[in-house]
Formats: sequence, structure tokens, C-alpha cells
Amino acid sequence: MTNSSIPNPKPLLLINRVPDYDVSFFKHLSSYFTLLDPTAEVGSDREKYKDLLRTHASGVRACYGMGMSPLMKDTLDCLPALECVAGTAVGTDHIDLTECRRRGITVTNNGVAFSDDVADCAVGLLLDVLRKISAADRFVRVGSWPVAREYPLASSLTRKRVGIVGLGSIGLRIAKRLVPFGCTIAYTSRSHNPSVPYPFYESVHKLALESDILILCCTFTDQTRHMINTDVMTALGNKGVLVNVGRGGLIDEAEMVRFLVEGRLGGAGLDVFEDEPSVPKELFGLDNVVLSPHQAVLTPESIQASKDAALANLLAFFANKPLLNPVRLD
Amino acid sequence: MVPYSLPKVLIIKPPPIFLQFENQFSRHFHFLKAYESHQPLPAFLAAAAATGVSAMFVTRNGPPITGADVLDYIPSLRCIVTSGIGLDYIDLDECRRRGIVVANAAGASSADCADFAVGLVIDVLRKVTVGDRFLRSGGGVGGGEVRLGRRLGGKTIGIVGLGAIGSGVAKRLHAFNCRILYNSRNKKPSVPYSFYSNVCEMAADSDLLVICCSLSDQTRHLINKEVLTALGKDGIIVNVARGPIIDEKELVRSLLEGRIAGAGLDAFEHEPSVPQELFSLDNVVLAHHQASFTEDCFQDLFELVKGNLEAFFANKPLLTPVV
Repeated sequence: MTNSSIPNPKPLLLINRVPDYDVSFFKHLSSYFTLLDPTAEVGSDREKYKDLLRTHASGVRACYGMGMSPLMKDTLDCLPALECVAGTAVGTDHIDLTECRRRGITVTNNGVAFSDDVADCAVGLLLDVLRKISAADRFVRVGSWPVAREYPLASSLTRKRVGIVGLGSIGLRIAKRLVPFGCTIAYTSRSHNPSVPYPFYESVHKLALESDILILCCTFTDQTRHMINTDVMTALGNKGVLVNVGRGGLIDEAEMVRFLVEGRLGGAGLDVFEDEPSVPKELFGLDNVVLSPHQAVLTPESIQASKDAALANLLAFFANKPLLNPVRLD
Repeated sequence: MVPYSLPKVLIIKPPPIFLQFENQFSRHFHFLKAYESHQPLPAFLAAAAATGVSAMFVTRNGPPITGADVLDYIPSLRCIVTSGIGLDYIDLDECRRRGIVVANAAGASSADCADFAVGLVIDVLRKVTVGDRFLRSGGGVGGGEVRLGRRLGGKTIGIVGLGAIGSGVAKRLHAFNCRILYNSRNKKPSVPYSFYSNVCEMAADSDLLVICCSLSDQTRHLINKEVLTALGKDGIIVNVARGPIIDEKELVRSLLEGRIAGAGLDAFEHEPSVPQELFSLDNVVLAHHQASFTEDCFQDLFELVKGNLEAFFANKPLLTPVV
């Protein structure tokens, strides 16, 4: 990464974060930018945060958005000169995109920094649900193996029809990984992608009717909120399996819990939940559900790549070069 | 149909698939069940032999099928069928000598076993079961402890035994951007992976070892202290083959002392006993020899066992003969 195009003095960069993030990357950032990190001073006090912005951040053109730290209109209002938000996350539902579009602020995400690890996790969750791996581990650890005469058979992955919801960089990688397992792949997405060999379905309901498994890896927006609803889960059927590595809000969670508890859905592998850190307790007693604490992105490589991506976008911005990972704001 | 006009098949201990499909099996064969008799086994076998029983359905959970233990009592026996792949508990030489044909379940479960192996690999590296256990015990998502896993892509996987299961594991992990090495009795022609004749050397070059070979005198305790040391403190071992291939005591010691990083284990030396020291470890995933236990696989196995027995009784060649 060249810093020959970085002017001297170093441009001001706002760090937008909630407390408890790992700040070790800041040393590297400060070789390019003068950092403004109000959270270091005000902790979680959002009003004091905005006060500091009003006093010190009137000239700030760029912001380094850490993880899913919220960046809403009230904060954006304190940044009259803001032109670019570079996030380390891939999701953008924690940013007021409508306000950014209105203000002409470009937003970047981390591109494909997380894609491989999230795809791996999605397949891992699916295998765990179908083959009852975590359930088996529980069974063995409480000493049931010598005692129990039988154990319910698991479900094979071969020949299962997998429906991918959102065929972006994560969805494509999931498809590539599942093909050697003997699965057939179909998908729904914002638009048909003619360069992929998988059948396209216009609606998630139609996809669910012809799938044994739905894997959710699409963006969370007003349009996709609760897209997995009663109709879709009914269509998926009582042997159907849901895997969610997108956002909890993609699923009508209360309804899904009812479906699972009543045996109207075959199983679920969930890395995300509607109201994190809460996880519906009714799921704790189910052996056909695998629960994951939003860790699909948590490898050292992904975390480093996400920070590098934000930095690369910021450097491009200040060099007046095209941004690497601009996010659609519609 | 009167039961005793169906062909007779002897069972000493019921294979898991027999328990699952007993009604369906019993439409085609009349089973003589030693496990439901109060007679000592030799007496039961002798009585069965007196009726001329010529076929037996065996499982690794039962007694070893040797001359002294079993075969001597059933001179009428001509066919042994197993629903598993392993044959280490059957004295094949003795069967050959007595003209007893043997069929196993080769091929029926390789996809499911390969799938399960990959499931264990991802689980150990990415802490899937650990995360689930954390949440079920009341840990909250996000805040607090961070469950950092290890990336699968770019890892070097050493596969021990490149048969149907090992090849399946290789094919699957290749799609996750892993590099594949293998150790086998012989180098396989036109296989795109690097061959190692020495499992210890392969372990030294591997991030993970996946055990997919059969159990034999040559492979008993193949994975010993030397191999585990070569695998190293960041190394992970996954076993979907047979417990005795690994020196289990040494494996437990290595895990407890942090000399290897983790393990995914579907098989153990003395099933159903599992070393209790493993129960408190977060870096192991434990399963109960279930890599082939899916509904689809059991259905296929049922058809295969039934097919082999029917072939024998019709004087036709067995579908999946070993001897």
C-alpha cells in the first residue's frame, strides 16, 4: 500500500465504534491518518460522543466504521463534511444508508474479506444439523453411549436440494463447496445471474417449495426483513432445514421457533438472531438445532482482511481513486 | 407364509441395521437369534448347525468370528454377511479354508462417511459445537468471550488411506481451498495429491490428519506418539475409521498436555467406552461411531445385505464379495 498520495499533515479520520473493540490496528492506521477516536474518551455515552463530534469533527471527510457500530442520522448530522464511510463489516444494516444516499456519502464494506470463512461456517452448520454432530457430542459427554440401545438416524447430505438465498460472494462459495457433497443447487437473488449453472427462482417461496435446505446469505434490508415467514417455512416442509449466516432479521424468528418446537420444520443452523445477544431459550432443548454465537467471521485471517479492506478503501478515497468496495445505497 | 420355510440366517449379536429393519428383514429370512436365547453360545450354535443353517449376519459388536470362537460350532456355515466395511474381526483365512464366502458393505457408506469427516474437520477448526454449548449454557451472542476459530482455507490435510472414503474427503476439502496429501499402502496413479509412503513424514507436513483407512495388523496404533509429535501443537486429528488405528492413551495425553491442538473422533479403541478425560475438553468433538448412520445409508445397507443373502440362497455370486 503506497502512502505517496497521502498529504501531510495526515488527513483526519473519525473512528466510529462502540467500546470493547480491539484497537491494535489503530497504530497502523495512524501512520496514514490523524485519528479521532471519541469513544476512547466517552465510552458508551452517545450524547457526549456527538458533542465531541460537533466540537472536533466538522472537517472530517472520512470515517472508519468498526464492525456493526451504529452510524445513524443523529451521528451523521454532526459530520457536515463527511464524504466516505469505510466499514470493516460486510453488512451495512447498522448504517443509515438512506441518509447517506441523501447526503451523497459513499459507503464501503469489506468486500470478500469474510466470504470464505462464512461459507465454511454455513456448510459446517448444515453438516452439524443434518448429521447431528453437536447432538452426538452432548450424548457422548453425558455418558449415554454405553447405556442407550438406539439413537435416531441422521440425514444424508447426498442428493439434497439446496436453495441459496442471495447468490453473492458468500452464496457462490457455499454452492462451490456443496457440489462435491452431491447436493443440487438452486438460488434466489435480487437478479438472475446468467453466468452461473444453477436454476434461478424469482421468489424465496418458490425456491422453498423445491428445496430441502435453505441457506440465507443475503443482505438485510427493509425488503428482506422477515423474508423467511410462515408461508416459506410451510413450503420448506417438516423435513426442511434452515441455515442462517446473514442476519437474524431475515427470519420471522418467533414463528420459526414455533415451527421448530412443533416439528413443522426439520431443523436449523443459526449463526445470527433477531435480538442479539438474546437467543430464544425454547431452542436449547432441541437436538435438530445448532446455535452459533455470531462467529461465522471469526478467524484471525478474516478479521485482519476486514481491517485491511477498510484501510484500502480509505486510501483510495483520499487518493481520489475509485473505491474498491462501494455499497449499493438503494 | 410360514416362518420356517424362509431361509435361515444366524445372528449372534444384532447389527444396528438389523435392529432398524428387523420387520423388513424378517419377511425374507428366518433369523436364529443367539442373543435372545438363554443357552450358552456354543450350545446355541451347535443347535443351529443341527438345523443346517448356512448363513450368518455378523457385526463388529459381536464376538470375533474365528474358528475356535464360532466357526467350529457351525460346520454347516457357507456364507457370512456383514453390514459394515471392517473385516478385522473375521478370520478371513479360516473362512477361505472352510469354503465360507464373505460379503461386506463396501461402497455403501463412503459418501456419508466422507461428509461426516468434513463435518468434524469444520467443527473442530471453527468451534461449531463449542459455540453451541456456550449458547445453551446461557452465554450471550457477541459480547464477552470471543470464539475465534481457525480458517480452513489454505490448510494442508493429510489423508490416511485414500480409498473410497479418503478420496471423498479429498474431493470435498479441495473445494474449501485445502491442500491435500495422502498416505496409502501404494501410490495411486493419476491422483492429483502428493503421496507419502511414511505417515510420520506426512504428519510433519500436515495441519490436519484425517484417518480413513481400514483396521489391520499394519494399521493398529499406526497413529502413535511419533506421529502425533510430528503433527505438532497446532495439529488436529479426525478419525472416522476405527479406534485402534490411533494409540488412544497417547492421543489423550497429547490433548491434555497441549501437544496437539484438537481432535474430532467418531471411533474409539473400546467402544462404547470413551476416555472420560476428553469430556471436559473444548478442543475435541466426540461422536458415537455414526459416520454411516443416516437414513439413506441404512436403506442402502438393508438392500445390500438382503441382496447378498438372497444371492447366496439362490446360488448366485454375492453382490459385494470379500472372500
